[in-house]
Amino acid sequence: MTDSQPTKDYQVDREQLITELRALVPASCLLLEDEALRPYECDGLSAYRQIPLLVVLPETIDQVQAILRCCYRLEVPVVARGAGTGLSGGALPHEQGVLLSLAKFNGIIDINPDRRVARVQPGVRNLAISQAADAYGLYYAPDPSSQIACTIGGNVAENSGGVHCLKYGLTVHNIQQLQIISMDGEMLTIGGSGLDTQGYDLLALMTGSEGLLGVIVEVTVKLLPKPERAQVILAAFDDVVKAGEAVGNIISAGIIPAGLEMMDSLAIKAAEDFVHAGYPVDAEAILLCELDGTNEEVSAQILHVKKLLQQSGSTEVRTAKDEQERMTFWQGRKAAFPAVGRISPDYYCMDGTIPRNQLPRVLKAIADMSQEYELPVANVFHAGDGNLHPLILYDANRPGELQRTEEFGGKILELCVEVGGTITGEHGVGMEKINQMCVQFASAELTQFHALKAAFDPKGLLNPGKAVPTLHRCAEFGAMHVHHGKTAFPDLERF
Amino acid sequence: MTDQDISTTLQSQVMQAIETEGALFIHAGNSKDFLGNTVLGVPLDVSPHRGILKYAPTELVITARAGTPLQEIEAALDEHNQILAFEPPHFGDTATLGGTIACNLSGPRRVSEGAARDFVLGTHIINGRGEMLHFGGEVMKNVAGYDVSRLMVGAMGTLGVLLDVSLKVLPRPQLERTLKRVCVHDEALKYLHQWAVQPLPISASCYDADSLYVRISGTEAAVDAASKKIGGETIEDAQFWQGVKEHTHGFFRTHKPLWRISLASDTPLPALEGKWLYEWGGALRWFISNEPAEKIQAFAQSAGGHATAYRNHPSEHDAFQALPDALATLHQRIKQAMDPAGIFNPGRMFNKL
Repeated sequence: MTDSQPTKDYQVDREQLITELRALVPASCLLLEDEALRPYECDGLSAYRQIPLLVVLPETIDQVQAILRCCYRLEVPVVARGAGTGLSGGALPHEQGVLLSLAKFNGIIDINPDRRVARVQPGVRNLAISQAADAYGLYYAPDPSSQIACTIGGNVAENSGGVHCLKYGLTVHNIQQLQIISMDGEMLTIGGSGLDTQGYDLLALMTGSEGLLGVIVEVTVKLLPKPERAQVILAAFDDVVKAGEAVGNIISAGIIPAGLEMMDSLAIKAAEDFVHAGYPVDAEAILLCELDGTNEEVSAQILHVKKLLQQSGSTEVRTAKDEQERMTFWQGRKAAFPAVGRISPDYYCMDGTIPRNQLPRVLKAIADMSQEYELPVANVFHAGDGNLHPLILYDANRPGELQRTEEFGGKILELCVEVGGTITGEHGVGMEKINQMCVQFASAELTQFHALKAAFDPKGLLNPGKAVPTLHRCAEFGAMHVHHGKTAFPDLERF
Repeated sequence: MTDQDISTTLQSQVMQAIETEGALFIHAGNSKDFLGNTVLGVPLDVSPHRGILKYAPTELVITARAGTPLQEIEAALDEHNQILAFEPPHFGDTATLGGTIACNLSGPRRVSEGAARDFVLGTHIINGRGEMLHFGGEVMKNVAGYDVSRLMVGAMGTLGVLLDVSLKVLPRPQLERTLKRVCVHDEALKYLHQWAVQPLPISASCYDADSLYVRISGTEAAVDAASKKIGGETIEDAQFWQGVKEHTHGFFRTHKPLWRISLASDTPLPALEGKWLYEWGGALRWFISNEPAEKIQAFAQSAGGHATAYRNHPSEHDAFQALPDALATLHQRIKQAMDPAGIFNPGRMFNKL
């Protein structure tokens, strides 16, 4: 997977750049030696690797501005990086570029309980915000699985979700203000202290822009009161289709669970072997349904949901008897990825979203392709909001298996688009899904994206080659598919 | 009126405007004419482009053409006991989905559930090159490409013509109750902030300089329990929130300038002459006043917010508070990226946009 995006040539004079940067930041903030650069060669998607020209770790906003002004003048690409936990290669370095690490911006500036907001630096870990807000009975709702390690700057750049976003929304719904530095070094305040701002919704445009529009140096997040009570129900099914229908039945009944997760047989077994969460290993699918709110509300909804699950053909319905069991139920789900990592030398995590009613058809198609490609798949699913994470199991040491995996993964994403969904629900496009963007969008939309990018970054220096493919690249990718003789899944209805 | 697709007609009108370098005044029901600055341009009537395209209650998604009356959408949702959770004001019977989204109009429930922009999942638009584009989709989570759908929300038609919009919808709460207590200003803010940090199902709040009103939503047991914690008398006026939302509440009966100020919720009462009505836990303040715009805007800015001349504004320009220079420049570049010929609603929001 070293197919890097063909981008314009950057004529960077490394020695000149180093000389100029030395005047802007202390020597300790500049990493130049190969062994110091090595840890930055990839993010959470380790199949893509690239050593950057150099790494700079600024300590102040002034330094960030100065670095960007310098790179702007010398026309040096800049890739911003938080904790490097991203799963789409969004923080993959540029070979001619500066890798700008925001790791030193790790302070919580202020928590204001009256306004229910926290002002934090971008390198603050997601979970650290909730831990700091806990003293006020508040928390930050979006909880990506990597929340122990991932940082809020990266969360904004990727518009991260988590298991609770059906009820509490994504990052875009939970931030109020950003301070960003534009590529030419200007500081902009986006958003404000009120619930809305005038002018264009730049907060939405910045969120999920994958580091292509500006460098985030401060984030004001919204905080919520911790729910009085959270309770989780585990339901087992002998058929994934029934589990999918149960999800629809819960939502039809007017209940929005805090979390609604599905795992299939292979994922259940892997998780159970790993963390012994007490999952029924003979089930074809399990649902984890978390309800939160006031004590009275949760009590009423638990009874209602249990009944709905039984009516939907569940073979077993269990309610966590205490907080410890609730954590155990969730531990199995949250450990699903590493659990799959134990049963296979490598796995490749996909991130498509589909309309929920397409679940049976998509799971069937994935199962068929799994046989065709001779690669097993474990499915973990944010069932409430239709975000599917098929994990393709493979062994990178077997010749050709990585290529087969990548092709299989690409087919899954194209299938998601064909049933009316999207190639990425929460992991971002980055480097990984750049080709599938050509399936999701026509050239007019891609051209519009490039025009918007140019409004922020006319020289095209911020994270070049990521997130939005060039039309040239799409033409080549399209040609490849014509060469194969047919589009994917010609038997499927088109939406 | 019947459902119809006039997107190609709209597209050719846009193409014509591009060729003649003429301005377009995008409108449908004209219910938001009072909002923003006056646009001089050839009317582009989106109202015939109407109809609900798709509504799947179990998916919590509705897609409708921009000219669809808001009433029609809310009626369709009501049949399945669902709502637009941002509780948009209509400001008249002719309100359409397109106008609501273009103005990012959100009502009392915004304080707990979010604004119109929070519920937009996808859009089809015509941009300033006359191209029909599709952004976002009909699924809850979608991070492919820049979030152009949300960029359209609140842009007041200056970036393109909305053709259709997909929205997330939510179940209607089982029960709602409104509690009232008489209190002075500082007490009201104190209560609001006390309650806001507790897990209480408050779905609206309003302070009218005399009494504090809160609406609680949820299951019957939850509403009962929250009522005990919050206290105050239950009011039976089912139209109260409707009045606040639609500006038919007595407070809004005035010929003086009405300002909408969005700011930090804990901002103290400023030394400005006028009448106040608060919503959104103190973060939205309606202000009837003859004070000069500069004073009101300076107050809003000092509280991290902004003031909009909402109704009865003497000038036809400057309804919105000026942006800082760097942001204004960025806005112009974004406008240029979406609408290079500058044909869509020029000046409706800001000069040069």
